[in-house]
Amino acid sequence: MIAGTATNVVFGLLRMAVLLAALDAAPGGRIAGYDVAATVTYVWLGQGLLAFVVLWGDAALANRIRSGDVVVDLYRPWDLQQALLAEDLGRAAYCAVTRLVPPVVVGALLFPFRWPTPERWPVFLVSAVLAVLVSFGMRFLVNASTFWLLDNRGVMALYGVATGILCGLTVPLDFFPEWARFALWFTPMPAIMQSPIDVFIGHGSLWLTVGHQVFWAVALFLAGRLALARAVRKVVVQGG
Amino acid sequence: MADGIYRKILHARLRGQLSYRGSFLLDCLAQAIAQGGELVVILVLFNRITALGGFSVTEVLLVYALASTAFGMSDLFAGQLNALPMYIREGTFDVLLLRPLGTLPQLMASDLPLKRIGRVFSGLVVLGYALLHNDVVWTPWSVGLLLVTPVAGAVIFSGIWVLACSVCFWLVDGQELANTVTYGSNTFTSYPISVYSGWLRRLMAFVVPGAFVAYYPALALLDKTDPLGAPAWLGWVAPLVAALVAGLAGITWTFAVRHYRGTGS
Repeated sequence: MIAGTATNVVFGLLRMAVLLAALDAAPGGRIAGYDVAATVTYVWLGQGLLAFVVLWGDAALANRIRSGDVVVDLYRPWDLQQALLAEDLGRAAYCAVTRLVPPVVVGALLFPFRWPTPERWPVFLVSAVLAVLVSFGMRFLVNASTFWLLDNRGVMALYGVATGILCGLTVPLDFFPEWARFALWFTPMPAIMQSPIDVFIGHGSLWLTVGHQVFWAVALFLAGRLALARAVRKVVVQGG
Repeated sequence: MADGIYRKILHARLRGQLSYRGSFLLDCLAQAIAQGGELVVILVLFNRITALGGFSVTEVLLVYALASTAFGMSDLFAGQLNALPMYIREGTFDVLLLRPLGTLPQLMASDLPLKRIGRVFSGLVVLGYALLHNDVVWTPWSVGLLLVTPVAGAVIFSGIWVLACSVCFWLVDGQELANTVTYGSNTFTSYPISVYSGWLRRLMAFVVPGAFVAYYPALALLDKTDPLGAPAWLGWVAPLVAALVAGLAGITWTFAVRHYRGTGS
């Protein structure tokens, strides 16, 4: 946990240096409404959210499908998707304390940081939980692809790479050219990371941001249900 | 004798990877895009600004491309060291010690993840672009510098990898800490060091000699004076720095392995 935070801090420092150097060279010292305080907040909150939403994806279910152990999970008197979701929410709650707060504290103590106005706090909490739900929905689908592919490491790797670039971890999505931003907001990508950050630093329309998250959380959950139902009916699971 | 064994081991590793073709190709692609992640950041930023740390977009791309190619090559050979904590925790490191071969080459040959060629490939593509769009004065010397730089950079990165992973012999869970200097250096070296400041720059550019991977050689290739005022000859000493790092890594590894006690049972 401490080692993980140390990694977040070093990458936070590197990211912040690059973005602040860019602000320095930009006319008026601002890019797309980001001043120094907003950029600092963006970087450190992003480093905290990284582990909280498991940005790179996980392979727990994929490994159980590969080994055939998933059969045991499907036998159990529970709904597999809901059980995994409950597990993930528990993990996120733990991560909120151990991984989300420390980088934010580091950023807030050492650099010019912008806290949200009091009425934004509850919206931020909702937005953060929704980010976990959307991330869960995407990860469930990526993992479930193993039912058909048997080896989904390629999909997993592509997912990890895509989220890193397109969720707003390395550079704020507002910095992207107009057409790219337009296209990105049609995908669930911003909902995982950029949305809670936007709510926190007060960028964009609050309700539109959260509404986008709600839509994708529900849509991905339903897509996951459908995928699981089809997989259970059609696919022969390997192993004894 | 050892040569024959390594050839057989690596041959087996390569065949193993190609058994799931589709997944392998996707993995290759993912690696290429992963290395391109920083490229997206550079292009997005230069969409808004004209200079970063005193460097134009093509100059930053040259620094990024040199660093990227070097990191890709290093990842191909030294990336396997990331599995070291697993070897130590599960006690399988004992097996390596029992064999009549060096532990470090064995670990490096424990896999030859061909997919990481994707990283080298994306680095080379950008390098080609950057060389065409910068005013590089072509002399036998600059050609030599261009050929030596990625190799020296790869040796520096690999040395850093070995040094950082040696920590795992004392701190079994030191992997994430090691990542800060290995993958952290990959990010750091992708930009001119004039972007960073204070102790972060001193640490990552000189203690971890990241500045010699791409920044100083790129200045020499561009025939540009360092905005931070460093002398021009620093662009030519990367091979020496690489030799130094490699030597230090070798000594540290030997010392660390001697310290290894095993997990028991």
